[in-house]
Amino acid sequence: MNLFRSEEHVNRWRSDRVGGATVSVDLLCDLAHAWWGDRLDPAWRPRDRAQNQAILDDLGLVDDFWRLP
Amino acid sequence: MAGRAYDAAMNDDDIRLRIATYRLFVEMDRVPTVDDVAAAVGLPIDEAILAWHRLAEAHAIVLEPGTNRLRMANPFSAVPTSHRVRVAGRWWFANCAWDAFGICAALHADGRIESTCLDCGERIDVEVRDRQPDDASLVFHCGVPAASWWDDIVFT
Repeated sequence: MNLFRSEEHVNRWRSDRVGGATVSVDLLCDLAHAWWGDRLDPAWRPRDRAQNQAILDDLGLVDDFWRLP
Repeated sequence: MAGRAYDAAMNDDDIRLRIATYRLFVEMDRVPTVDDVAAAVGLPIDEAILAWHRLAEAHAIVLEPGTNRLRMANPFSAVPTSHRVRVAGRWWFANCAWDAFGICAALHADGRIESTCLDCGERIDVEVRDRQPDDASLVFHCGVPAASWWDDIVFT
């Protein structure tokens, strides 16, 4: 899970690789806040699969690549 | 490691220990040991070790294989990585680019992320202000599908 300078850079890097998904850094930042924002909460409780999947779905990450087991 | 851990047994005491682990990770100037965490919650060390392993089985923390040492308290990394985050004057290591932004999220703070473009090898600096990165031209690539993230979480 890495950052790339631009679409051009990631496309060049991916040219001899299969699979994966690329999203904008803005979406990544939104995802990070939705996913990790509760980690230091003194009342933290574990999320279940449906809750985690809902975070991805709500951000439009709905294809099979983003489907949790 | 199985791909799915949501049903792994994690009792209320384990969750209390997990919350203490994260609190100490942020409060201390080093990675907490199981002894530190046991003392913080008043548990015997052997019980804290068992609880840490249950938490690891449930994907709530990650231990170094075959040890009682913390490797990840996601999004924080207990070992140096190529993803660094500076928040309020302190540097943190993240497990990946997603986690780098996650450190700002977990700390509810602005920050500066330093990473590296895998294509050209140049350093990437990005500031996060009010939950927004300051360079919208950057992109994030995830090579492992969600169904397999926990097959090898260090690689992911």
